[in-house]
Amino acid sequence: MSSERLKTQKEQVEETTKQFISFVEDVKRSTGLPVVPDMRSGVALWVDQRELNLKYVISVEKIRKFFDGLMSGKIYATKCKKCGALYFPPQVDCPMCKTSDMDWVELGGEGELLTYTIIYVKPTSFSHYEDYTVGIARLKEGINVTAWIRETDPKKLRVGMKVRLVVKKREPENYLTYELEPLEK
Amino acid sequence: MPRDVAIVGVGHSNFGVRNDVNIAELAWESIREAIDDAGIDQKDIDFFVVSNVGAWSSEPLPAVVLGEYSGLIPKGTARVEAACASGSAAIKVGYEAIASGDADIVLVVGIEKMNESPTPTVVEFIGRAGNYFWEFHNFGLTFPGYYALYATAYMARYGATEEDLCQVAVKNHYYGSLNPKAQFRRPITVEECMKSRYIAWPLKLYDCSPITDGSAAVVLASEDVAKKLTDTPIWIKSIGYASDTSNLSKRENFLSLRAAVEAAKIAYKKARIDETEPVKYFDVAEAHDCFTIAEILAYEDLGFVKRGEGLKLIREKQTYIGGLIPVNLSGGLKAKGHPIAATGVSMAVELTKQLRQQVEKSRQAVIKRGMALAHNVGGTGHYAYVTIYSLDKPQR
Repeated sequence: MSSERLKTQKEQVEETTKQFISFVEDVKRSTGLPVVPDMRSGVALWVDQRELNLKYVISVEKIRKFFDGLMSGKIYATKCKKCGALYFPPQVDCPMCKTSDMDWVELGGEGELLTYTIIYVKPTSFSHYEDYTVGIARLKEGINVTAWIRETDPKKLRVGMKVRLVVKKREPENYLTYELEPLEK
Repeated sequence: MPRDVAIVGVGHSNFGVRNDVNIAELAWESIREAIDDAGIDQKDIDFFVVSNVGAWSSEPLPAVVLGEYSGLIPKGTARVEAACASGSAAIKVGYEAIASGDADIVLVVGIEKMNESPTPTVVEFIGRAGNYFWEFHNFGLTFPGYYALYATAYMARYGATEEDLCQVAVKNHYYGSLNPKAQFRRPITVEECMKSRYIAWPLKLYDCSPITDGSAAVVLASEDVAKKLTDTPIWIKSIGYASDTSNLSKRENFLSLRAAVEAAKIAYKKARIDETEPVKYFDVAEAHDCFTIAEILAYEDLGFVKRGEGLKLIREKQTYIGGLIPVNLSGGLKAKGHPIAATGVSMAVELTKQLRQQVEKSRQAVIKRGMALAHNVGGTGHYAYVTIYSLDKPQR
């Protein structure tokens, strides 16, 4: 393995963006306008002088139990007391029975991989990570879970392989979530 | 009694990186063509529907922005969203306005200006489309990633290879090379496709549709009006529609898009098509090949072949002109480009021209049966619309 660390996608994008913005600032100083030629075609482009950052707040009040569970290393689903349907992600209403009378049940975690992919080209908000694998596993309880799998070599992954769902801290953000662990080499 | 609805005018911009125009100018390219083709004026239009997903582009209310620019004010309008199937959903809205007797002429415009944002931002927005909180926020799935989950499962189940997937790209690039409005106008080889870098394993760059700017427009009219405007109205024979779970984890399997299967069933039933042998009714189809795997799934979901035989269809070149059923003679999303909400309208434009026998000769299907099918999927099988276009008026 090379000792020199490859730049993350985030670092690459930031570098390009920085160069572009400094070019726009130069143009603005000389012309008074943020109008620059498109790098490929040369057509005139106005570079937005406003910026919008999006960061949402999302209610988890009714599913607090799920997050309490993560704090003690447990992963919960909900189960309709009337029809027995299991819900993951947990939901507090059973639309089929039109009831909100639900049990919280802990998931055993054992399952089989249904499918997976390795993400090389990442969204902006994931661009600081190394390449990552996302899989969907069917747990013994009969429900499916989407999560990261700590294995990015496609040769070491296969449909049908045994996996386990575990609580894991996500770095560098430092928050609790869950992951699939391969149980086979 | 619902009224019959026909396409009487079509317009289509060049697809690609369209930094040479803003969103309204881009829309006007197809609107102008469509109203000229229909032989009408803006004043003749009762309502206009705009399909646009946006967020990557600066105008949050594109309907009124392009409405003002294109001289459509004060006609009524609304924006319609069904992800990548928005265009077909917009056509359905227009269809219903006329079928119900509320309107005689409706303009449907699909528009997307994706290159106003950098690629990672676009990747972010499409990745969020599904279930943001449970599937994107923690796990950063991307649009290629979602379809890669289907590709992995399909390959494991039916023994399809990455080369098989590349065969779809080769076909669609070939037809794209013959379509002057396509984003990619260069044929490719399986080798080139296989050598391209992974985007979301097992999907590579050449398995993926590009980020595209583009617009497409159709003029819909009631039977009475259509017959006055044209000798060859293209009738909307039927529209089938369905949806599926936002969380991919809640799907039964990853071998088929259930929404597409349901939508096809509905469309076939309404059009009195034998769902066990639909291919024999159509001269040509446009399928939603946002990724190569998606076209193979479409062959099966539409009932062109049995489960697991979609790859045989592409291996045997049965979806080229002269095969069992030609698919994506426009180049498809893969090569023509995929301006998200313009795609469904673009399919309508393409199939109208195919049925009128007005496309470039080299990619013109043989029109014998007079029927064509558009398969338009939104998100990762979250929405699906199957629309059947015909030279003959629907039977009641």
